[in-house]
Amino acid sequence: MRMALIKSFTVTMSVLAAVIVQAQEGIFDEYREMMGDDNPAVFVIDEGEEYWFAPAGPKKATLAQCDLGLGPGVVEGAYAYLPRYFEDAGRVMDLEARLEFCMIELQGRSREDIHAKPYSLRGDQGTEMEALAAFIVDQSSAIAVSPSQDRPEERAMYALGEELFYYRAGPHDFSCATCHGQAGMRIRLQALANLDSHEGAADAYTSWPAYRISEGIVRTMGWRMRDCLRQQRFPELVMGSPASVALQTYLAVNAAGAELAAPGLKR
Amino acid sequence: MIKNVAIALLCAGASLAFAESPSDVLRASMVGKNQATLDRIEQDDVQAFCSKPRAERGDLETMNAVRERAMAGVEYPADGAYLGDWVSGGEIANNGRGLQYSDNPADPNGGNCYACHQLDPREMAYGTLGPSLTNYGARGQSDVVVQYTWTKLWNTHAYNTCSHMPRFGAQGILTEQQLKDVMAYLLDPNSPVNQPMAAAN
Repeated sequence: MRMALIKSFTVTMSVLAAVIVQAQEGIFDEYREMMGDDNPAVFVIDEGEEYWFAPAGPKKATLAQCDLGLGPGVVEGAYAYLPRYFEDAGRVMDLEARLEFCMIELQGRSREDIHAKPYSLRGDQGTEMEALAAFIVDQSSAIAVSPSQDRPEERAMYALGEELFYYRAGPHDFSCATCHGQAGMRIRLQALANLDSHEGAADAYTSWPAYRISEGIVRTMGWRMRDCLRQQRFPELVMGSPASVALQTYLAVNAAGAELAAPGLKR
Repeated sequence: MIKNVAIALLCAGASLAFAESPSDVLRASMVGKNQATLDRIEQDDVQAFCSKPRAERGDLETMNAVRERAMAGVEYPADGAYLGDWVSGGEIANNGRGLQYSDNPADPNGGNCYACHQLDPREMAYGTLGPSLTNYGARGQSDVVVQYTWTKLWNTHAYNTCSHMPRFGAQGILTEQQLKDVMAYLLDPNSPVNQPMAAAN
């Protein structure tokens, strides 16, 4: 039943998406308004909650005691304070790095197992990581983005993120800033946020993870970073890696104060 | 004095956390996949110079050196013919694929001109990161225009150092024949780029 619903939704959305691409950008915002709370991500949020409480791994343990920064098992509000430094891990972590840490520590799973396929391919069913991200970010809805910058490690992560944002390399000489360093521009018909401004970073950061209409799945912020770098002609970004954490820290700090409204709904 | 100590401590804290350069961090954070190998992370002189926020890019001497090297490296067509086939040039301008790890290396690379530029006025899905090139052919086909356009496509930094545009020739993104075809798409009077809206109707 749920799958049938998602499928019919996806087909409808794909048709709508095609129409939308022909039209001007503003129409998509109107459409999003019209959709209101009817984001198909609601199914994925439920699925993520099921994963959170489902025993898994060699230890047959759940993630229910995972400490996302506000104490073991506290999910509400936790996403808003990420990325942050974790004493037990000795490093700054984004959501995906933290979930990986909990899967290893609590459930006894291997790094290889977790990294085998963290993000779904186009046309796939969603993955556990995507469902967990949808569930966890939803628990921070309407809470202000508040990444900690108290510790030197957290400030160093921001500084690194800024450097990486402007780092040009590869056959096309692209950096993040090539497309996301100015306001009011677009690629083809896709509007681009200026991510080194508060306004642009807030728009982007508060709407991820997001349900992608064109793909029919929830995509995580880590996936967003990886897929931008793919288009930049860079090698593949590893989930939860220092570069992934640094870029997300840069965006989160630039977006600080804006209210989270994720999972968002994207083209 | 106290302030200086505090700054020194802060810097020590920062460097403790990240002693590695951005390229080291990227190497540790990425895996090579298909044609997108890890050596792509290393920067050449243009990339290193142009990786600073605009406000911090004040070194005119280095900038001039980067520009002069870019100009000196431009390779012109051996046969002296700059204009190819505009039909093929239009396909190249529309093709956004090539050199991503998700692309088939056996397929030709695109130029993806429409991602950033308006060209054929009938194509509505054009980007705005670069200037509109609609009716580019109005500049004519003098040696100066032709050589300028070729150079801009080959290595944009020869004229506009730290432009966002890829170096289609210098980086081997497009072949010499593909560059000629894009030249024709821009400059040939029969190319749709140079046909006003009404002409096609």
